[in-house]
Amino acid sequence: SSSSGDEALRDKRARILSRGLPKQKPIEGVKQVVVVASGKGGVGKSTTADVLTITCFILKQTKEVGLLDADIYGPSIPKMMNLKGNPELTPKNLMRPLKNYGIACMSMGFLIEETAPVVWRGLMVMSAVEKLLRQVDWGQLDYLVIDMPPGTGDVQLSVSQNIPIAGAVIVSTPQDVALLDARKGAEMFRKVHVPVLGLVQNMSVFQCPKCKHETHIFGADGVRDLAKTLGLDILGDVPLHVNIRETCDSGQPVVISQPQSVA
Amino acid sequence: QVGILDADLCGPSIPHMLRPQERAVLQCARGWLPVPAGHTLPIALMSIGFLLERPDDAVVWRGPRKNALIKQFITDVAWGDLDFLLVDTPPGTSDEHISTVEALRPHQPLGAILVTTPQAVSVGDVRRELTFCRKAGLRVLGIVENMSGFVCPHCSECTNIFSKGGGEELAKHAGVPFLGRIPLDPQLSQSLEEGRDFIQEFPKSSAFPALTHIAQQILDTSQGSS
Repeated sequence: SSSSGDEALRDKRARILSRGLPKQKPIEGVKQVVVVASGKGGVGKSTTADVLTITCFILKQTKEVGLLDADIYGPSIPKMMNLKGNPELTPKNLMRPLKNYGIACMSMGFLIEETAPVVWRGLMVMSAVEKLLRQVDWGQLDYLVIDMPPGTGDVQLSVSQNIPIAGAVIVSTPQDVALLDARKGAEMFRKVHVPVLGLVQNMSVFQCPKCKHETHIFGADGVRDLAKTLGLDILGDVPLHVNIRETCDSGQPVVISQPQSVA
Repeated sequence: QVGILDADLCGPSIPHMLRPQERAVLQCARGWLPVPAGHTLPIALMSIGFLLERPDDAVVWRGPRKNALIKQFITDVAWGDLDFLLVDTPPGTSDEHISTVEALRPHQPLGAILVTTPQAVSVGDVRRELTFCRKAGLRVLGIVENMSGFVCPHCSECTNIFSKGGGEELAKHAGVPFLGRIPLDPQLSQSLEEGRDFIQEFPKSSAFPALTHIAQQILDTSQGSS
């Protein structure tokens, strides 16, 4: 009959279309992958990923944690983790991640000069991301945190399609323009079937060190409202604090160098 | 007459910031008509934000599709006679940037303004951007240090939340003009959020003098070139 004919045609079409898509394969030795994304640039994604990873490590002393910097164009992890230099190669020709504060790190920043731009079109970026994911000797990791670049493009698609991801954390500042992009980020993860663990509201409020007056420089509570609309949890609310920037710039993440600070 | 081309396809912010009354992109014989910014200002806008069915639809595209649209924004939009076309690019040095530079090459762009925040991680990325401009043969008009300092509205104490001077250092080191420092300005940010008449409110904000100074330098440079 015609309906079973239609159904057969639909199935055939779906099979043909999915032939070009990569198969999801887990990274050897890595139990769970969490990605930190934002949509918008400049909201503090890398800082959050960096601090999150270290906090994970501190809280669960027996767990092995890794940090992958997937921001090919603007790799920040080397500076934040105070790591430099080209990775060594193992006898199996895999790159050995650089370690600091107990975290195994890999970044494009270790493979290129500090001033060299990565002027690549999407296709080459996909190949680089693949190398950073699979041609690294991660060892046995309980968690791998991936710091994603801003946007909803090639890198995000490549990572989501190639490896199974336990969940995504989306970072945003309270401004509307950042929230609009965070929303797009959440939708993208929905399209590629990655569960969104929750939102982080960053740069929420600034307290003047002199008079203690609080200013919501980038607005207030925008992220909470978005979380409510999307039915997501707020994983945290991080204020603007000079300590965070100072310690990032010097490569001594704030949770290690100043654990008592507000941040 | 100024045009603004929003080349950030994944995170278009221009439609939200300028909030034109009519968002529809109409067609004419010469191509797409840019959207007027409104408020009787001679500013024309083009952004993927106007082409989406819903403003929060995600654009999850790979490179080739993005390249095609950016080329269209430059060649198939009936911009008309413009004194300036400003292109707002996303972060990075990827498809959007390569396509923008390539598509603009026959039109001999005046140059690029690089914006950084003062801290080391941002300056690090902008150094790469500088090298990109050099390789692409794009003149660097100068560097702007944004979010440089916050003056507490209560006690007027200035705190350098994101550090200070990184942009200026970079400009000196790279031998390009330092266009200026813009402070963190909650008033500016708020008026953009609340959809207040940004054009009316803006002159009273603390960022206004800095931005005016930067604009003046660009105007002077363009006079010098013509």
